[in-house]
Amino acid sequence: MFRFFLLAAQQAGELQTGLKAVGRGIVYGGAAIGPGIGIGIVVGNAITAMARQPESAGMVRTTMFLGIAFTEALALFGFVLAFIL
Amino acid sequence: MVLGLEFPPVSHLVNWPEIWFKDTPFAFTKVTLIYVLAVLITITFFLIAGHKAKLVPSGVQNVAEMSLDFVRESVIMQTMGSQGLGWLPFLTTMFFFIFFINIFEVIPIFQMPGNARIAVPLILAITVWFIYNIVGIRAQGFGHYLKNSCVPPGVPKALLILVVPIEFVSTFLVRPFSLAIRLFANMLAGHFILVTFALLTASLWSATYIGAILPFGLLVALTGFEVLVAGLQAFIFAILTAVYIGGSMSPEH
Repeated sequence: MFRFFLLAAQQAGELQTGLKAVGRGIVYGGAAIGPGIGIGIVVGNAITAMARQPESAGMVRTTMFLGIAFTEALALFGFVLAFIL
Repeated sequence: MVLGLEFPPVSHLVNWPEIWFKDTPFAFTKVTLIYVLAVLITITFFLIAGHKAKLVPSGVQNVAEMSLDFVRESVIMQTMGSQGLGWLPFLTTMFFFIFFINIFEVIPIFQMPGNARIAVPLILAITVWFIYNIVGIRAQGFGHYLKNSCVPPGVPKALLILVVPIEFVSTFLVRPFSLAIRLFANMLAGHFILVTFALLTASLWSATYIGAILPFGLLVALTGFEVLVAGLQAFIFAILTAVYIGGSMSPEH
């Protein structure tokens, strides 16, 4: 165990880059969960609405893009944050 | 071998060598060239279309009229109604400016979406921020505008202490950032995806020849997808601008 920490201290630089990469993965992976579910709900409900009332498809589509854009912003914040880290 | 494939650092993918005015803040790079070209293309497109406008449109005029019709029907009428038709020139110009910057992502030789650098999205978002605030203040007066954008209707009084700060932050602070970052990050992500598959194709081609078929097919498919994204992001930027301006022109009751 002690030897492990000694090794880690010697390779602190490498360890830091490695941990940074892991952190980036966790940040973007975590940020993608919520918006993934959210966009699924938005698009799924939009398809239901379009199938039930095809004559209102144009309006539903515009609103759907709006909903996607608002939901997707959170995932993109995570994407940008992963590179800032 | 492929196992040794090294992905270049991010700064290599979006920084380009300076062509003129080296080492000054006004350095002219490929990205600057893309911006200049996008401005020129947008201006000449509409100048040619409007130069000898005929009653029965043909050629460039036809395309321009179709695009104006598209912006009017699916951006303005859906969000602002007929009172927002005065914003048609602004929104159409913005749509095409963003679209032309984005589409350089898939044009050979350039292959860099200008919006993968945050400068232009940020400036456009700040412009939109000023516009919708000024429109709101002029249409409703300062006090009413602030009240209407911070206090959503139908919220119980006890919750206001929680809701008002959230609404204030989301309306006045997060909106311009999310507008800029949405465009910027989408184009940056698309650029990275194309770079990844191009690198993979190149290294697999030099290693095995046959293994390059699958990533190359994906590269072609994703290039098509990026054309779609370029148009969609320009559309979303325009429609969100319309929503914000419409929201400050006439508050929800």
